[in-house]
Amino acid sequence: MGKLKIGGIELGSRLFIGTGKYPSKDTLPKVIESSGTQMVTIALRRVDATRNENNILSYIPKDTILLPNTSGARNADEAVRIARLARAMGCGDWVKIEVISDNKYLLPDNEETLKATDILANEGFKVLPYMNPDLMSAKKLVDAGAVGVMPLGAPIGTNRGLRMKELIGIIIEEIKLPVIVDAGIGAPSHAAEAMEMGADAVLVNTAIATSDDPVKMAKAFSLAVKAGRYACTARLGAKSEVASASSPLTGFLHEEGF
Amino acid sequence: MSFYEVVSGYKDFDFNGFLSSVNSERVRVILSNDKISDMDFLALLSPAAQGHLEHMAEKARRLSLNHFGKAVLLYAPIYISNYCINRCAYCGFNHDNSISRKRLTMEEIEQEAIELSKTGIRHVLLLTGESKKHSPADYIIEASRVLRRHFDSVTIEVSPLTLEEYVHAAKSGIDGVTVYQEAYDEEVYDEVHLSGPKKDYRFRLDTPERACRANMRSVNVGALLGLSDWRREAFMTGMHANYLQDKYPSTEISVSFPRIRPHAGVFEKVSGVSDIQLVQTILAMRLFMPHVSQNISTRETATFRDNLIPLGINKFSAGSCTEVGGYSGAQATEAQFEISDGRSVGDVCEAILARGYQPLFKNWMSI
Ligand code: SF4
Repeated sequence: MGKLKIGGIELGSRLFIGTGKYPSKDTLPKVIESSGTQMVTIALRRVDATRNENNILSYIPKDTILLPNTSGARNADEAVRIARLARAMGCGDWVKIEVISDNKYLLPDNEETLKATDILANEGFKVLPYMNPDLMSAKKLVDAGAVGVMPLGAPIGTNRGLRMKELIGIIIEEIKLPVIVDAGIGAPSHAAEAMEMGADAVLVNTAIATSDDPVKMAKAFSLAVKAGRYACTARLGAKSEVASASSPLTGFLHEEGF
Repeated sequence: MSFYEVVSGYKDFDFNGFLSSVNSERVRVILSNDKISDMDFLALLSPAAQGHLEHMAEKARRLSLNHFGKAVLLYAPIYISNYCINRCAYCGFNHDNSISRKRLTMEEIEQEAIELSKTGIRHVLLLTGESKKHSPADYIIEASRVLRRHFDSVTIEVSPLTLEEYVHAAKSGIDGVTVYQEAYDEEVYDEVHLSGPKKDYRFRLDTPERACRANMRSVNVGALLGLSDWRREAFMTGMHANYLQDKYPSTEISVSFPRIRPHAGVFEKVSGVSDIQLVQTILAMRLFMPHVSQNISTRETATFRDNLIPLGINKFSAGSCTEVGGYSGAQATEAQFEISDGRSVGDVCEAILARGYQPLFKNWMSI
């Protein structure tokens, strides 16, 4: 299985993990290990640097790439400020832009996301924007300097799977940078489906964190992502809309006399 | 349009007729749907729905897990003044009650902050009685600046402010506003607010909306359950939260479920809300508004609170002291109400962890 190249680095795992919603911080290192992930996202708003036992950063293995996210930001300005804070706190150059100004459905605001991407990419951040799966927005985000795009499969926390499949498919086809399906993935089969479609990676949080056994579930996702990736690179057999009938309707054309 | 028009729209609504018309079958159908309408929400508060509590709890648990995960945010109140010019029949700070009054100086507030922050608490709710003379907006904003040096988030529960004052407060770093309508029923409201500016029902009702317009990050609403018929009050609380979330999608709306507690005054006409009824309210609210934070304070007992965690409560006050100057102990006065859950922050954390949930100290920071 080929490596994922993103923002100038190579990753062996195509499963990204979220760190919110867990029953305890102690679970995190075990989940990270069993998932095999190399990239974890953390909400900077939850990083508590005042006390070590509360600081989520101290539960993440050192060789993991931190992807601070701007969760809680309601507009580009807040996202930019959170990203700068994250860098100042030593969280590195990666940032997942998350701008949500709709608390009813928690859908991202593509326009504000684009503004923040533009500013932060210019400041040298490796920006991964979380977005509604819209091709034009994805193209603009790429032009603005994003190192990949993160379209949602379904609204955050719904576990509903790839509700936006058609639109994500178009983005995968048209965008040359990595496409990471984020949000909505509620089961390993959803992750496998995204990977079979050609997504470069998936980000999973709720489905692992709120399962009865997050460590086992992380393993299940890791295997599903690999299976999906293998299937994609092996090329799935072409789907046919019609069955191959044994007496085709046009068979008569080949009969004598026509 | 203001929420007052929504409330007015229900003035002649036959609540009792509707609630008694709801049968088990209707509740079953509602629980099989993803979307809950206004009337479905009211139906879930009906006596018939009480027979489906377990089913409601299952759904509420799932929704809460999906949206908030296994985390409970902890915060603590900090009372900085108990001067009050209102006469609310249900409150210990009532102007007529002969309790010792105190307003903390900025130095004293800092002492309180230092003591409270030692417990690990990162989010505070600043409270005062209502007195423009003793706790005007400027005093509150100055106090919040002191608190911000020690905490990540400061929200306020003080007398209703004007739009301009809220704008100023939000710009000064105050993250959110809590304001309880106490009673949505206008007649009961008038009855229990004997005198003082709080008597102005309309001004209070529009307060959360002013806070939203001022671009506050979070706004918390609620009714003081026990003053009036709890079903109607819970329904109007949901309508209020829904109205605000629809109109101000970028504000995080949350709800609280305070039940009347014993205090220094007397209010005899309490129409009790049982534990089952409170649980039904919490569950119905979660099904109606899956993304809304639900908050339960130390008014409730430790065991009851712990049992509410898996049902959809995701915000908890902990280690609370409802006296002015109570954390540093130097200037303690009477409490606003008696606390039922007197556990320390550490004990509350252990109880949350024992339920398989994570106590969360920080969920926002001033940026
Ligand atoms: S409820 Fe508030 S306004 Fe009423 S008496 Fe108590 S402190 Fe004063």
